[in-house]
Amino acid sequence: MTYDLAEKLVNGDRLALAKAITLVENRAHGHEDILEECFRNRKPAVRIGLTGAPGSGKSTLVNAMIKLLRAEGKTIGVVAVDPTSPFTGGALLGDRVRITTSESDEGVFIRSMASRGAVGGIAEATDDVAVLFEASGKEYVLIETVGVGQAEVDVAASADTTVLVLTPEAGDSVQTLKAGLMEVADVFAINKSDRPGAERMALDIRSMLEMRASEKGWTPPIICMSAIRGEKVDELIDEIAKHREHLASCTSAADRERTYLVVKLKRAVERMLKNDLWRGPDGSALEKIADDIADGTTTPYAAARQILDRYRARSGQGE
Amino acid sequence: MSRPIRILVAKAGLDGHDRGAKVVAAGLRDAGMEVIYTGLHQTPEQIAEAAVQEDVEVVGISSLAGAHMTLFTRVLELLKEAGAGHIMVVGGGIISEDDIVGLEKRGVAKLFGPGTELPVIVDWIVKAVDAQRAEAAKE
Ligand SMILES: Nc1nc2c(ncn2[C@@H]2O[C@H](COP(=O)(O)OP(=O)(O)O)[C@@H](O)[C@H]2O)c(=O)[nH]1
Ligand SMILES: [Mg+2]
Repeated sequence: MTYDLAEKLVNGDRLALAKAITLVENRAHGHEDILEECFRNRKPAVRIGLTGAPGSGKSTLVNAMIKLLRAEGKTIGVVAVDPTSPFTGGALLGDRVRITTSESDEGVFIRSMASRGAVGGIAEATDDVAVLFEASGKEYVLIETVGVGQAEVDVAASADTTVLVLTPEAGDSVQTLKAGLMEVADVFAINKSDRPGAERMALDIRSMLEMRASEKGWTPPIICMSAIRGEKVDELIDEIAKHREHLASCTSAADRERTYLVVKLKRAVERMLKNDLWRGPDGSALEKIADDIADGTTTPYAAARQILDRYRARSGQGE
Repeated sequence: MSRPIRILVAKAGLDGHDRGAKVVAAGLRDAGMEVIYTGLHQTPEQIAEAAVQEDVEVVGISSLAGAHMTLFTRVLELLKEAGAGHIMVVGGGIISEDDIVGLEKRGVAKLFGPGTELPVIVDWIVKAVDAQRAEAAKE
């Protein structure tokens, strides 16, 4: 069944793509086979990450970018991630409100995704959804992050170009930017430039960038734009293209692909290890260990070592 | 822990506000569901296409202006055409008793009349999805 699904989605079946995404997102039985098959059939897309605070206009920008890219005949997959409530496990995924594509346009596929506990701005499986999009023939993959993560930096490893969306609004001053965000941006988009303060903000960012050595040989461009009016969105897309050219000039596509795949590999190994670890008897032993920690018989650290030792022994590779 | 229920909430029709739909969407989220909210003025075509892409288990449509019969019937039709006839369609809004009976006959799984309490809606959806999942697991 799952093989079937992969084959269908490679042949452009939208329902199969939707179902495959669900299986991968749930890490359901058979999802690894689908990924395997899709990976073999994928053609790397232009992967663009969009990050920035909630309300900065990421979804509106996705909408504007879709319009322009579709006019050029490009096919697009969008993953828009919103936060899962740690208390209820529920999520309100509202990005579609801003994204108004034609329902009969087969060249665009939009998927909302809950973060499900991941804190890096994207969901654990977002990366793999991009692979499914690529296998289904999408030439562009747009990844919209949550915007409220502790550090929205995971998307940088999943995308070729990361766009940081800022607004000239009060409080969004450059000094208060979350650590790491500045570094993650390949392109700065100052959205809502139809409002006052955008030029000022661009100056602030420029002077901040000047204090920093551009070790990558790339000075992130700053574009004052308006997603809702569709102003300067074409310029933004041009800059993204330039960033890609820059990447191509300093590293080969093969090298970049290699770096990306190593990240993917590590994520996959870590995920499988984690699942494997807690699926075994160690998962059920957790309650007992929790009791022991609670009554002071052991400490979390000693218990962690113990669990790991047991896991190694179980997998026949005790040290 | 079972995976969260995935549900699409749409506000159909041309009338201007979606407060009711938003309250329901937030309530479903608080009940632990993943709620895809699509906003105002959704056409049956948009609703069906979004439901397919999002691979939801349930579509909930809020409709205040008349034309329920055509609207709900069309969504059911489009889902079937897209091979997604398995998706449950529920609705809420100001709908007459007669229309409710008629629509449920045509395949709308459930219609909640005006003023239905949120817990009633949540409860109904949880039970219906559980049953649907159990059915699917048998296949
Ligand atoms: N004035 C103005 N408002 C905008 C612009 N782009 C987006 N918005 C508004 O900003 C709000 C948040 O936009 P949204 O795309 O949902 O932001 P996200 O949370 O980052 O995805 C919405 O009310 C948009 O209409 C813009 O260029 N100018
Ligand atoms: Mg958004």
